[in-house]
Parts: sequence; C-alpha cells; structure tokens
Amino acid sequence: MAARQPMPLQESEVRRRNFNEVALGYTEEQAVAEADRCLQCKDPKCVQGCPVNIDIPAFIASIAERDFDEAIRTIKLTNALPAVCGRVCPQEVQCEEYCVLAKKGQPIAIGRLERFAADHESVKGVEAPQKVKPTGKHVAVVGSGPAGLTAAADLAKAGHSVTIFESLHEPGGVLTYGIPEFRLPKAIVRQEVEYIKQLGVDIKVDYVIGRIKTLDELRGEFDAVFLGTGAGLPNFMGIEGENLNGVYSANEFLTRVNLMKAFRFPEYDTPIKRGKKVIVVGGGNVAMDAARCALRLGADEVSIVYRRGEDELPARREEVENAKEEGIIFRLLTNPVRILGDDKMSAKSVECIRMELGEPDASGRRRPVSVKGSEHQIEADTVIIAIGTSPNPIIFSGSGGLESTPKGTIVVDDSAMSSLPGVCAGGDVVTGAATVISAMGAGKLAAQTIHDYLSKQ
Amino acid sequence: MSYSIVEKRDMVHQVHLMKVLAPDVARAAKPGQFVIIRIDEQSERIPLTIADCNVTDGSVTIIFQEMGKTTKQLATLKGGEELQDFVGPLGTPSEIDKLGTVVLVGGGVGVAPSYPQAKAYKEAGNKVITIIGARSENLLILEEEMRAVSDELIVCTDDGTKGHHGFVTDVLQKLLQSGEHVDRVVAIGPPIMMRAVAGVTKPFGTQTIVSLNPIMIDGTGMCGGCRVSVDGKTKFACVDGPEFDAHKVDFNLLMNRLAVYRDEEGISMKRHECTCGGEQ
Ligand SMILES: Cc1cc2nc3c(=O)[nH]c(=O)nc-3n(C[C@H](O)[C@H](O)[C@H](O)COP(=O)(O)OP(=O)(O)OC[C@H]3O[C@@H](n4cnc5c(N)ncnc54)[C@H](O)[C@@H]3O)c2cc1C
Ligand SMILES: Cc1cc2nc3c(=O)[nH]c(=O)nc-3n(C[C@H](O)[C@H](O)[C@H](O)COP(=O)(O)OP(=O)(O)OC[C@H]3O[C@@H](n4cnc5c(N)ncnc54)[C@H](O)[C@@H]3O)c2cc1C
Ligand code: SF4
Ligand code: SF4
Ligand code: FES
Repeated sequence: MAARQPMPLQESEVRRRNFNEVALGYTEEQAVAEADRCLQCKDPKCVQGCPVNIDIPAFIASIAERDFDEAIRTIKLTNALPAVCGRVCPQEVQCEEYCVLAKKGQPIAIGRLERFAADHESVKGVEAPQKVKPTGKHVAVVGSGPAGLTAAADLAKAGHSVTIFESLHEPGGVLTYGIPEFRLPKAIVRQEVEYIKQLGVDIKVDYVIGRIKTLDELRGEFDAVFLGTGAGLPNFMGIEGENLNGVYSANEFLTRVNLMKAFRFPEYDTPIKRGKKVIVVGGGNVAMDAARCALRLGADEVSIVYRRGEDELPARREEVENAKEEGIIFRLLTNPVRILGDDKMSAKSVECIRMELGEPDASGRRRPVSVKGSEHQIEADTVIIAIGTSPNPIIFSGSGGLESTPKGTIVVDDSAMSSLPGVCAGGDVVTGAATVISAMGAGKLAAQTIHDYLSKQ
Repeated sequence: MSYSIVEKRDMVHQVHLMKVLAPDVARAAKPGQFVIIRIDEQSERIPLTIADCNVTDGSVTIIFQEMGKTTKQLATLKGGEELQDFVGPLGTPSEIDKLGTVVLVGGGVGVAPSYPQAKAYKEAGNKVITIIGARSENLLILEEEMRAVSDELIVCTDDGTKGHHGFVTDVLQKLLQSGEHVDRVVAIGPPIMMRAVAGVTKPFGTQTIVSLNPIMIDGTGMCGGCRVSVDGKTKFACVDGPEFDAHKVDFNLLMNRLAVYRDEEGISMKRHECTCGGEQ
C-alpha cells in the first residue's frame, strides 16, 4: 500500500525567522493520492474520533473523485471551521488514531485532507449559506472562540436570531489571540468568522459580559444563552522573581504577538521584549507556540523547560517535531525553582532543578519528583510561563445561581445545560483548557439542547 | 466597532477632555472603573479612567494627559472623528459607603478620576474634603467641578502660583495632624504621589485607597501583564483592582514594571513625531 503523503513544509532554516505559515498544504495531486489510500470502511472507525462527527469516508471519497466542492460541502454539514480544524486538531489522538490504518502507523491524513478541501474552497470563494425561516427566538452567545462560533452557527442554521458578545476587539478566541500566524493564519480565522456572519449571526466585539451587562440581564433580553468564555486566566507558579521585568505569562506574550501584532512593531504600536535567551516553562501547545514566537522575534537561544519527559509532552506531536527542527532546545525533566533578576529588576537567569518520574498520579501520568542538590542556573532575559490557564471569573459577576466547581469551571449536565434554565455552557469554561475540536463539539451539543429547549416553549 | 467622539476640548496644556458615544458603557459605569481604548488598527490598547458619564445622551467622558505616542495621537483627534475600540466599564467599582469624613487626594491628571468618586462619596452622605494639586496654576484641572461636590477644597501647586505652595502630601499631613477625624483617604495620581500619600497616612493608621495604573492590554484578567504585589500577593490590577489598600502596595515593583518598555516607547514617539510633523 502507498505511504502516507508527507506535508510540504517551509524549510526550517528559513521559517524559524518568519511568521509565515509553516505547513504549506497538499497539492491537488498529493491530496488525491492520499484520498486514494482510504479503504472506505463500511463501519468507519475514524468518525468515532471526531467530536463533530464529520462523514470522513464520504468527504475523502469526493476528494479521490476530484469533486472538491462536494468534499467541503460534506464537511460543512457538521463542521463550521474546517480550515481551522484541519490545521490545529490533535489528529493523532482523534480521528486518525481511530483510523484502521493507524495500527500500521500509516493512518489516512484526515486533517490534512480536511484542510485541503477548506483551502480549495477559500481560493475559489466560499459558497453562501442558504437562508432559513426565522423562528423568532433570540439567543445570546458569550465568547467567540471555537465553542461560541460553533454554537452560533448551528443555532443560526436552525433559524434562531443569534448575537455573539466578545470582550476583545476581534472575534476568534484563542484562534485569534493565542495560536500564532505561522500555524493558523489570521486571514483563515477571519474568513471562517465571515462565513458565520453570512449565516446571519451578529457579532458585538468590545463587549465584556459581567461588566457592561450581566448574565442576569442577558437572560432577561434573550430566550436562551450559551456561555463559551474559555479558560483565559493565566496561572503563575508562585515562585520568587515572577514579577520581574521580562517575565511574561504565555497569554500576555502571545496576545502581544498575535492579537496586537507586536512582531510588526513599530508599524503596530504594541511593544514586546525581543529576548536573546528565552526560557519557556511548560510542555503543551501553548509552550510550543510561545517558544517558536520568541525564536521568530530574533532570539539566539530558546529552551522549553518541562518537568516531565518527552513522552508526556502534551503538545501536538507535529508541533514538537517542528519546534525541534527549528532549533528549540528541550530541557526535559527540569523544573524552575526561582527567577533571578539584575539590579534593574529584569530577569537574568532561572534556577532549575532536575526531576525524576515517580509513581503515577491521579492523572495516570508518572509524578515528577525533584532530585536534591541538582539545582543549576540557566541564563535568560525573557521567561515565559505556560503552565496552564483557568476560566476567567468575570462572567460570574451578576449571574445569580450559576453553579461552578472549585476550579472555577461551569457545572453542566450531559446536554450542556447549566444550573440555570435556558443557559448552556461549553468549551474550555466547562472542561478547563482542552482542544479546539472538543470546544466545538460542546458548542454543537449546546446548540442542539438550546434548540430543543426553545422548541418546547 | 467604532465609537464617535462627540466632543473634544483642551483643558490645560497637554490635558484633554473627550466625550465618546458609548451608551451601554455609560449605563453600566460606576465610579472607579475605566475603559480601554484603541484608536485604530495599528494602535495599542490603553486604559483611561471614566471621568464622567451621561446616561441620557449615552456619552462617556475621559480625561487624558499626553504622555507618549498613543495619548499624543489621541490628542490630535477632534469631535466628529471616531475611535476604533472603546471597551468598558472595566475594573472593580470603588466601594462607596457612608463612612463619615473622606479625603480625596488628586495629583495632576489624577484629579480627573477623583472627580466621580468625590461626587459619589458626597451623594452617599459623607463629608468630602478634596485636595488637588498640580505643578502650576495653569495645569490645574476641574477645580470648579471639584468644589461643587466637596465640603472643603484645598488647592496646591508645586510652584506656589495658586493655593498652597507645595505638595498635596504637606496639606494632607497638616490635616491629619490638626486632629480632624478622617475615615478614609483616597489618593489618585502618579505612583510617586500615591506612595508619598501612603507614607503620610500610615503613622495615623488612616485607611488609604490608591488606584494603580500598571501597563494593561486586555483589561479582563486574561494576560497578567497588569500584575501588582499587594500584601505580598500577586494581583491583577484590571480585575482585582485598580483600587488597593495603599499600605500594602509594593510601589517599587509598580514603578519598575511601568518602565519596562521605555526604549520602545521612545521609538514609537519618534516615529509619531516624524509622521505628524512634530509637536502638535
Ligand atoms: C497558544 C494556544 C495554542 C493552542 N493550540 C491548540 C492546538 O493546536 N490544537 C487544539 O486543538 N487546541 C489548541 N489550544 C486549545 C484551544 O485553543 C482551546 O481549547 C479552545 O480555543 C477553547 O475554545 P473556547 O471556545 O472554549 O474558548 P476560547 O477560544 O478561549 O474563547 C473564549 C472567548 O470568550 C471571550 N470571553 C471571555 N470572557 C468573556 C466575557 N465575560 N464576555 C465576553 N467575552 C468573553 C474571550 O475573549 C474569548 O474570545 C491552544 C490554546 C492556546 C492558548
Ligand atoms: C486603570 C488605569 C487608568 C488610567 N487612567 C488614566 C486617565 O484617566 N488619564 C490619563 O491621562 N492616564 C490614565 N492612565 C495612564 C494611561 O493609560 C497612560 O498614560 C497611557 O497608556 C500612556 O500611553 P502612551 O502611548 O501615550 O505613552 P507611552 O510612551 O506608551 O507610555 C508612557 C507611560 O505610560 C505607561 N503606559 C504605557 N502603555 C500603557 C498601557 N498600555 N497601559 C497602562 N499604562 C501604560 C507607562 O508607564 C509608560 O512609561 C491610566 C492607567 C491605568 C492602568
Ligand atoms: S474536525 Fe478534527 S477530529 Fe474531526 S475529522 Fe477534522 S481533524 Fe479529525
Ligand atoms: S478508518 Fe481510515 S481507512 Fe477507514 S474510512 Fe476512515 S479514514 Fe478511511
Ligand atoms: S490587563 Fe491583562 S490581565 Fe490585566
């Protein structure tokens, strides 16, 4: 059987200094060749791994037949953000993990094919969605990340009038402020948002719910509400030196770079420190993105400091490999103890300690324990903390009765309904930081629940 | 989004008042809160305190001092023009209670954010003593407005051109020494002034609130750029504040973090002067 088609990439020596997209996408020939490998299983396991239930064999068959328009039509029946998912889904633990060919290590490149179909459509112009008969019901969606956008799209398709409220000045959530241009071009996010507007969804930016209006007020003005406010509150480690100049949360660093375009300073006015020696603490997608941004801003040396081992790195496999190719140093089984500053209170080095893996913890991963006496210092003028985020509590002010967990996530039932009738929630605000596609799956479920709720009224 | 400027006027040298149409913000705003604005696509986001708002005509007033590129560019805009973004109200509102006697200390452009507070404390039934200061008489703002909402108004100028010759802290010190019972001091101004006020009130044990002004981006608790240290704990000023107990604030850290982008601010400023032909 033919081998999986490789993804064409920008050369690592070139891309490590620019913000252009790293993965260039399949050519038509590559896409068709990859699609031809699909066995068109009668009972396709791959679909089980897709939280939005794309009819994977069907769209792949269309690509094999070179009917690319039909392929994207099939995808869009259940997924409103295919160009995004094709790029950022952790496919190796989702659709592709379930593909029958995965056992031989050569699953169909479902994500890349999805991206191909979406990009094909965007080159030739997006098909306008069909208008549906209005139901006369009004739904408010808070947050315009993948969860909110998906819920809004499905509700609009069902004929409800939908208004999204977004606190930042641009929609997209993490897709806009977090994931960098070189992995997910902002033009793509904008295009997907445009499609959702074409469905009739009204997006109000600069609108912080909990401040300008409360959830209680929204419930008075709308027939139902969806909360997709994400988990944007950055965690810090609580170690000495974290407030020194040059120490950033990954969210601040990435927001400056992506949302505010600090990589184009001074043309864009938001500044960022272009560190020469950079340490990023953490091992997830966020850490990889921050490290690769720092490199592209001109750093001489960028290291990832992560307390567990290679196998435990939670980031997408592809991004870890890309980061390594670009020259990011991985200091695994290492944990920061404190950050030291110079006489101007700017970061100058990080004291780290080596770790060993002990017994498995509650998450099933082996718990790292520090090795006594292994403290060592690593020089760094910029330190970026990427150890996770929690839900932002602003949404709770003026939200009488909305139940939450001690972790600050919103409590929902199996149908995504919160403790308040007519108020659903989904995405990172319910699960804690997770993935784009799981947020979208939650948005879909919530849209269905809200639709059922409104139909009964 | 875009927000129209309904009025723009110069108050004193390099200090301007702007009224912006934002009815939903005007309706929700409470004393102590701020907005974050972005002039256009290329601009940074900067925080400015809500100095006043009018629910009837939907306008929100901001008062700002020219500091660097963004505030200088803002100063070139006129009534009828637009701001791209105007987000608010942000921050936790001031806790305005009936306490007895409240002293408001406003320095420089910090007089502007003190104004809605003075008004609110007065309306809550407090005796309001206001101390406002500026470098010189011609830089003093909102004197009449402040007088109208205060039981007592004391003006100071660094150069003695009006009122008391000296700093607001001298007046505050005398007031506390005079035996006047003060239940709360609220100080808003440059960090140096707020730190000095904290130093003056501490020996008297007078509760003192300051409004901190660290560098912000989102203003919603999402970046942690605005972190300050209060009582040894890290707080995000945009959501946990901006008001904090002055006696617990690490002012050195605040001032240090405010200076982090000094070089970049210089570059922006030069570029602005080149494109708009120097001093406006
Ligand atoms: C740097 C980074 C890289 C990532 N990489 C990947 C990846 O490669 N693959 C992957 O699958 N996942 C990745 N993730 C995770 C993924 O992006 C998130 O799980 C996903 O975006 C969650 O979607 P959401 O809609 O729940 O929330 P978000 O995307 O966080 O969107 C929430 C939105 O709500 C807005 N909001 C919050 N509070 C309010 C309020 N009170 N009023 C109005 N609006 C409000 C926010 O401004 C935001 O726009 C990454 C995350 C980060 C930070
Ligand atoms: C909650 C809050 C309320 C404020 N209210 C007012 C007000 O009512 N009137 C007023 O004149 N000023 C106010 N400020 C200060 C105002 O935001 C800064 O003067 C302004 O951002 C300077 O921008 P610039 O580009 O003109 O100057 P720059 O040259 O960029 O900076 C001058 C100085 O301003 C500070 N600064 C720079 N960028 C920011 C930023 N994004 N956020 C905060 N501070 C920054 C830094 O200390 C810097 O050294 C407030 C600040 C905060 C945090
Ligand atoms: S949306 Fe994600 S999980 Fe579903 S098929 Fe596409 S890449 Fe796979
Ligand atoms: S499991 Fe793999 S081979 Fe089978 S239909 Fe799905 S993608 Fe094709
Ligand atoms: S300004 Fe970003 S958290 Fe306060």
